[in-house]
Amino acid sequence: MQTQQTTLTHKNHQQALLGLSICLALLIAAPFIGIYPIFMMKALCYAMFAMAFNLLMGFTGLLSFGHAAFFGAAGYTTGLLIRSFGWSPEMGVLAGTAIASLCGLGVGLIAIRRQGIYFAMVTLAMAQMFYFVFLQAPFTGGEDGLQGVPRGELLGLISLENDLSLYFVVLAVFVAVFMFVIRIVHSPYGQVLKAIRENESRAISLGYNVNQYKLMAFVLSTAIAGLAGSMKTLALGFVTLNDAHWSLSGEVILMTLLGGLGTFTGPALGAFTIIGLQNFLADQVGSWINVIIGVIFVICVVAFRRGFIGELKHWMTLRNKT
Amino acid sequence: MKLKKIISALSIAGLGMVGIHAQAQVSGDVIRIGFITDLSGLYADIDGPAGAEAIRMAIADLGGSVAGKKIELLVADHQNKPDVAAAKAREWFDTQGVDMLVGGTNSGTALAMAKVAQEKKKLFIAIGAGTSALTNEQCNAYTIHYAYDTVALAKGTGGAVVKAGGKSWYFLTADYAFGASLQNDTANVVKAAGGTVVGAVKHPLSASDFSSFLLQAQGSKAQILGLANAGGDTINAIKAANEFGITKSMKLAGLLVFINDIHSLGLKSTQGMYLTDSWYWNKDAETRAWSRKFFEKLKRMPSSIQAADYSAASQYLQAVKAAGTDDSGKVSAQLKKTKINDMFAKGGYIREDGRMIHDMYLMQVKTPDKSVEPWDYYNVVETIKGEAAFTTKAESKCASWK
Amino acid sequence: MEIFGIPIQAFLGQLLLGLVNGSFYAMLSLGLAVIFGLLGIVNFAHGAFYMMGAYVAFVALDVFGLNYWMVLLIAPLLVGIVGVVLERTLLKHLYKIDPIYGLLLTFGLALIAEGMFREFFGVSGQSYPVPDLLQGATNLGFMVLPNYRAWVVFASLSVCLSTWFVIERTRLGSYLRAGTENPQLVQAFGINVPMMVMLTYGAGCGLAALAGVLAAPVIQINPLMGSNLIIVVFAVVVIGGMGSIMGAIITGVALGLIEGLTKVFYPEASNIVVFVIMAIVLLIRPVGLFGKEA
Repeated sequence: MQTQQTTLTHKNHQQALLGLSICLALLIAAPFIGIYPIFMMKALCYAMFAMAFNLLMGFTGLLSFGHAAFFGAAGYTTGLLIRSFGWSPEMGVLAGTAIASLCGLGVGLIAIRRQGIYFAMVTLAMAQMFYFVFLQAPFTGGEDGLQGVPRGELLGLISLENDLSLYFVVLAVFVAVFMFVIRIVHSPYGQVLKAIRENESRAISLGYNVNQYKLMAFVLSTAIAGLAGSMKTLALGFVTLNDAHWSLSGEVILMTLLGGLGTFTGPALGAFTIIGLQNFLADQVGSWINVIIGVIFVICVVAFRRGFIGELKHWMTLRNKT
Repeated sequence: MKLKKIISALSIAGLGMVGIHAQAQVSGDVIRIGFITDLSGLYADIDGPAGAEAIRMAIADLGGSVAGKKIELLVADHQNKPDVAAAKAREWFDTQGVDMLVGGTNSGTALAMAKVAQEKKKLFIAIGAGTSALTNEQCNAYTIHYAYDTVALAKGTGGAVVKAGGKSWYFLTADYAFGASLQNDTANVVKAAGGTVVGAVKHPLSASDFSSFLLQAQGSKAQILGLANAGGDTINAIKAANEFGITKSMKLAGLLVFINDIHSLGLKSTQGMYLTDSWYWNKDAETRAWSRKFFEKLKRMPSSIQAADYSAASQYLQAVKAAGTDDSGKVSAQLKKTKINDMFAKGGYIREDGRMIHDMYLMQVKTPDKSVEPWDYYNVVETIKGEAAFTTKAESKCASWK
Repeated sequence: MEIFGIPIQAFLGQLLLGLVNGSFYAMLSLGLAVIFGLLGIVNFAHGAFYMMGAYVAFVALDVFGLNYWMVLLIAPLLVGIVGVVLERTLLKHLYKIDPIYGLLLTFGLALIAEGMFREFFGVSGQSYPVPDLLQGATNLGFMVLPNYRAWVVFASLSVCLSTWFVIERTRLGSYLRAGTENPQLVQAFGINVPMMVMLTYGAGCGLAALAGVLAAPVIQINPLMGSNLIIVVFAVVVIGGMGSIMGAIITGVALGLIEGLTKVFYPEASNIVVFVIMAIVLLIRPVGLFGKEA
């Protein structure tokens, strides 16, 4: 597993903060400079999804190949509660996140029993099971998907019908998740996770209940993935089987890998890149897009394992040494 | 560190250029038709790029412009994903000034697009999709359902097969919403016509192996095997039915079959099968004439969907001409006033619930020795009058049409 | 006569069909287990090689007029060569690092393969005729069994057992097994380990392709046939435990039978029964039924 050495000096810290502020400013300005807000919302939701995945793989070292199941589970829950039971958006999103965590707990309990590559295969298989359940369950609308989820009013006060208002809500959630992930990684709990990733047997010998830590990381990751799925349902107004399909699990892995595994901004960057590519190229190249995604995957794994931000960091540390 | 953040900020901004690129001026002097269908997947043959060609033929036949405005066609692939279809439709309405949306195959995508079109108050004509929900539970002033729907298929195949002697039915159903509704609609018709439903078995979507389900069907000793599925599943099921000798004891009734499916399976395995469709290229002189033109361009005969694409586009553009505007509300009203008489339908009309009423045809697949040329696959057994084929006002679940 | 409310004809019929499916599972999980056992790579592209084998059969017949029996030999060879090339150019870089990257690489390769075949052949699928010699069906009394399916069971089980024999009972097999445990030592004895690894990967892919050719007359050949199957095969391998070749074969066949039975009693669950069993096995015996402790 590639490790990222993040030794932040005080100066680096200030620079990082400045950089992040610029990003945030750009994100706030985006709809006003003519970028299609629906596209931005979609990208932000997938960015959250990628951050959730990165928490698990980049910082804990567990490859989950079935993360889409949780994204989809939350999406369906939120969609169903808001559309058919009239729940308010914030309750719907909370419920979706909760259900995703519950599913994460269930899958985690089973998957944790194996390590490394087997863990990945088990998560894939369990996710596939979820997919088939969604396919056949009457409330999901199966192949048709769950359509026409209304946006409602946030806390009964702010109408979310307006693309702009919803955009800022999504942005706020995204920023909150971003800061939350940073908090977790820098906390003592996060340090233990990193220790587990680096050398699991040593962590065990130090007395840590490794399985418990891994399970908690898994549940946390699925919760955030669920939050992303719920927000996406709210933003786009529908949930479909694609949101739980294994190809999405693969895509989120690619987004994280491309952006930079184990970095903070990498996954978001990767998500924006992939979503942007799909949007931009879908008209031009049609279904070649899958081949292109596959090629990017192969290139990333063979020659670009650190991803954008990872390579950048690596370059910076090399530069600092000379 | 700072450099890294600036680079990531710039790349995000750069990607935003994609969004800016996508934004254009809203149309004023151009009539834009947006066509979203399955261009590369399961249904690419029955609609797909050839369907887009059919629409282009319609535009060309009107001289490329109408009421002084140029006509433009945008085409996109929804890959059978409702989310892609809805996103594309919304983007086109918001940023490309599309005036009218044409929906190709796949019911899920059609429902999704109908919702978007309703929200944006633009006209949406669903052609390739089958779900009758478009003119029932989900009916609205902006949706028109043009070619066929599951009710028509059920009333056609179900009713007529029972009349022809196929009284006991066993269903092989794709286990998803569309398959279930197809089975339900047909079962109701069969029972109303005096037939019986002996049993049914659900198979997973895109099942590769039908042997076990067919074995159960054979055990039921029913006369008719109703295939409540579509596309690859239907093809696989028919193949397996032949292989296991099911066709010797049961007749196949394909509930959603297009001529391209027959072409791919061959007459040997499909001969004698009943199916209902909204159009057949070899029906009369007018359909043959148009189909030959299509054949010259695309080297194959058109499916009913592709013919409907042509007809719908043509009727829409003529309605724009007659109404003198491309405002969706006015054009929709104009369309509902017009009688449709072209190579697709004679005496057709669009009802208040958005349903296009026209004759449907019960057909039977020819035996190989009776087929005189490629694509000569059907005998038209019966013409079902439009009013009898589609949902009646009494049965309708459309809230705004009472 | 009835078993659990199902007439015995239907019961036996489904069981037989389950055996046919089980043969495919066995062949594919065998290939996967061989590749994992000797390379440490989880070959997500296994489904894509299966698909390629079927397409080679189709193109060979359609374009070159080569019949089924020739393709049974040609397809595994061709696809095996493709596998060897991929191993030499891409996979060998990944042996020293986390096996997860091997999985991701083969995943990417599978996407590329499927995408390209989608472009060239479309998604609706092609038909492949049953070879003349195996046409027709035999009336077994309780059901009519197409002869071809009987052939599939016979062929795949023969191939599986021969492979098992080669690996477990021959000297070549012992080199392979030793090579995985301690490549340096085996290399020191003068055996070309990288060559062996490369050929093993090729052989594994060839096995998948062979399964594809066997499958061609049974199901519609389409670019997605592999990915639909590969995840089930993963579950089979997890249930069986990747340590044992015979374990993979037995588990594959057993799961095919269980799936067949599920189709009789509770068809809606036939898709997920394999995964449910996997979950249960993991809770009781995490290393798998035939797995060895790491």
